[in-house]
Amino acid sequence: MKLWKTILTAAGLILAAGTSAFAARTDLVIGIPLEPPHLDPTAGAAAAIDEVLYANVFEGLTRIGPNGEVLPDLADSWTISDDGKAYTFKLHTGVKFHDGTDFNADDVKFSLDRARADNSVNAQKGLFAAIDTVEVVDPTTVKIALKNPQSSFLYNMGWGDAVIVAPETADTNKEKPVGTGPFKFQSWAKGSSITLIKSDTYWGAPVALDKAEFRIVTDAAAAVPALLSGDVQAFPFFDPDSVAQIQGDPRFKVVIGATEGETILSMNNKKSPFDKLQVRQAISFALDRKAIIDGASAGLGVPIGSHMSPATKAYVDLTGLYPHNVDKARELLKEAGLESGFKATLKLPPPSYARLGGEIIASQLRDIGIDLEIVPVEWAQWLDQVFTKKDYDLTIVSHTEPNDIDIYSRKDYYFNYDNPTFDKIIADLNLTSDEAKRMTLLGEAQKILADDAVVGFLYELPKAGVWDAKLEGFWENAPIQANDLTKVKWTE
Amino acid sequence: MTAYLLKRLAIALITLVLASMVVFAVLEIIPGDPARLMLGMNASADQVDLLRNQMGLNAPLASRYLHWAGGLLSLDFGRSYTYSVPVIDLVRERVVVSLPLALIALALSTIIAIPVGLFSAGRHGRAGDTIAMGAAQLGVAVPNFWFALMLIYLFAVWLRLVPAGGFPGWSAGVWPALKSLFLPAIALALPQAAILARVTRSALIEVLNEDYIRTARAKGLPYRAVLWRHALRNAMIPVLTILGLQFAFLLAGTIIIENVFYLPGLGRLVFQAITQRDLIVVESVVMLLVAAVIAVNLLVDLSYAVVDPRLRSRQ
Repeated sequence: MKLWKTILTAAGLILAAGTSAFAARTDLVIGIPLEPPHLDPTAGAAAAIDEVLYANVFEGLTRIGPNGEVLPDLADSWTISDDGKAYTFKLHTGVKFHDGTDFNADDVKFSLDRARADNSVNAQKGLFAAIDTVEVVDPTTVKIALKNPQSSFLYNMGWGDAVIVAPETADTNKEKPVGTGPFKFQSWAKGSSITLIKSDTYWGAPVALDKAEFRIVTDAAAAVPALLSGDVQAFPFFDPDSVAQIQGDPRFKVVIGATEGETILSMNNKKSPFDKLQVRQAISFALDRKAIIDGASAGLGVPIGSHMSPATKAYVDLTGLYPHNVDKARELLKEAGLESGFKATLKLPPPSYARLGGEIIASQLRDIGIDLEIVPVEWAQWLDQVFTKKDYDLTIVSHTEPNDIDIYSRKDYYFNYDNPTFDKIIADLNLTSDEAKRMTLLGEAQKILADDAVVGFLYELPKAGVWDAKLEGFWENAPIQANDLTKVKWTE
Repeated sequence: MTAYLLKRLAIALITLVLASMVVFAVLEIIPGDPARLMLGMNASADQVDLLRNQMGLNAPLASRYLHWAGGLLSLDFGRSYTYSVPVIDLVRERVVVSLPLALIALALSTIIAIPVGLFSAGRHGRAGDTIAMGAAQLGVAVPNFWFALMLIYLFAVWLRLVPAGGFPGWSAGVWPALKSLFLPAIALALPQAAILARVTRSALIEVLNEDYIRTARAKGLPYRAVLWRHALRNAMIPVLTILGLQFAFLLAGTIIIENVFYLPGLGRLVFQAITQRDLIVVESVVMLLVAAVIAVNLLVDLSYAVVDPRLRSRQ
């Protein structure tokens, strides 16, 4: 018995010595909750596409950094004309696409012209709306003329939908993506995983990982054992409800960050009785955000009072405007002539924040006499009935696009909100590049939305990231939905 | 026998045609636009319409049905809207997971259920029967996703014998692939075995009360021989029926287990295609499954004839 113990200990020591002599691991399996429908970021709105490819396989003129800042990418530097209408980008030299062809200014012109063409099916075509012409000055210089100054232009060029693709491979990127990034696509076992490997011809700082496999783990209950068994080493977007199961385990790091997802109780502003300001305000007073966050996101979200992420510089805290106050809510309903309450429907898309949050909100609104019928819908139904046909009273959804306060000024948007003062601010904002002035305008915009109680502002969707404690370099926040692996490495 | 076979075949064909119409119609009725779903909330209505045109969604209903059904006849299942690859390729990738899984689970379930059924029926009303049927009752009642998770925690997280989920592909080797199907097969097999054991038992008990069993016993045959040679064979018809149903379920109804083990099976393909409104994939895969179920039913019908000679001689 004693002998065995000695032998085992010795064997253990040898093994331990053996492993520490090897270099740090260079392979990684990352769990993602949804499979991308295809692998072309310029041809679809699904966040899952960017979660695999953004910054890893594809690059743009600029890129968005871990905290939402604009960083140079394929463009090494740029100059902006005094009138703010001409951008001249100086491109990196020695950049190659993964198929071995050279990257140059022609590819930039091709990509941008393709994205804004009449027959373009780019999901974010609006990003390119301000572009008038794209001109190739020389192989490393591109001049872009805008129709009007656009303060967000450099940011826009950093979106996944604005990445640079090669003319020869643009049409086959859906199946076999070819970009300029530090990783190249290796294989896609549909329904199972997507594998990227290090690109040897990368122009920038080399990455630490040799191989990264994105494994599709749809079921939140399956994610925990996948992590515990070591099959999957990182879930950058983990189900908040499962965090408690991992939190105490020293083998893993749990990082709660912010997203750009404003989770809101949308109201149909043209439909009675939600066309009455008092009714919308009454609902806002009736909402107990703390209880909603606890129930729908395991207590991890940050309350919001308007449509702006608390992680951004422009954020103004307006959560005090409608504190949880049932008496005040009843009073407002009475003013609106609805003291006996009314019936309405609440359509809920599939994410758990909506389905769980919806139950809680229904019970909170019942306290002031509003009787909600809950209607669960799929995404396809939601987009069709709620978003496109505006056939809804109330719905819950998280608007995950960054800096998207302008959606309230869009004509015919599903809120059915129309406020010329607000529209004017957004129009001004688009033409203003002075930082201080922009902040003032953004502050005013947030204030108007809160005053009008356009929707019930709930909370900023949290990003719960969970990964092996020996890993570092993941993003804590999600200014855009991406899994940038360029800085990820094993520490031992 | 020939008439029996021809009649079955004719019914199968009519079912296929009707099913194709129902599947197509149902998917047209459910709300949701595949083009809008792909382009998301920031795309304009014009752009969505453009994509609809590219996808061929703006053509009239009847012409789209005929185009699709005509393709099916020549075994062309169309191209996926979202993946933009031929549907048949998607199906092929999934069948190599779903079919072995279904077969292993079915084999496991039969191996467990038939002996348990025999054991219970032989001890009808006694303690052994009560315990076996109690266990079977538990097997039916326990939700399979919960049972699957318990298996994962035991075998993958604690003992680390098998992976917690995923499928490495047959190219990674037969053993790793089989290993990854091991837990899901058990999770699928046990509830099925429980049902099958109960059916076997009750069918046997019914048969054991027949006169010819008494005669067989009276002429001096040992109980065991009566049970195996006379009773089991006559009790096979309900058992085969259930087996046929179970196989059809195991082929595509295992979405929950596929999710828990994140296996790329047929069930998940259909589910994902429905949520993404990849109509052509849903339509074609559902039709394939309908065909598979009909084929299995046909086989079951034929197997009746094998176990029951009366069906063979009856014209």
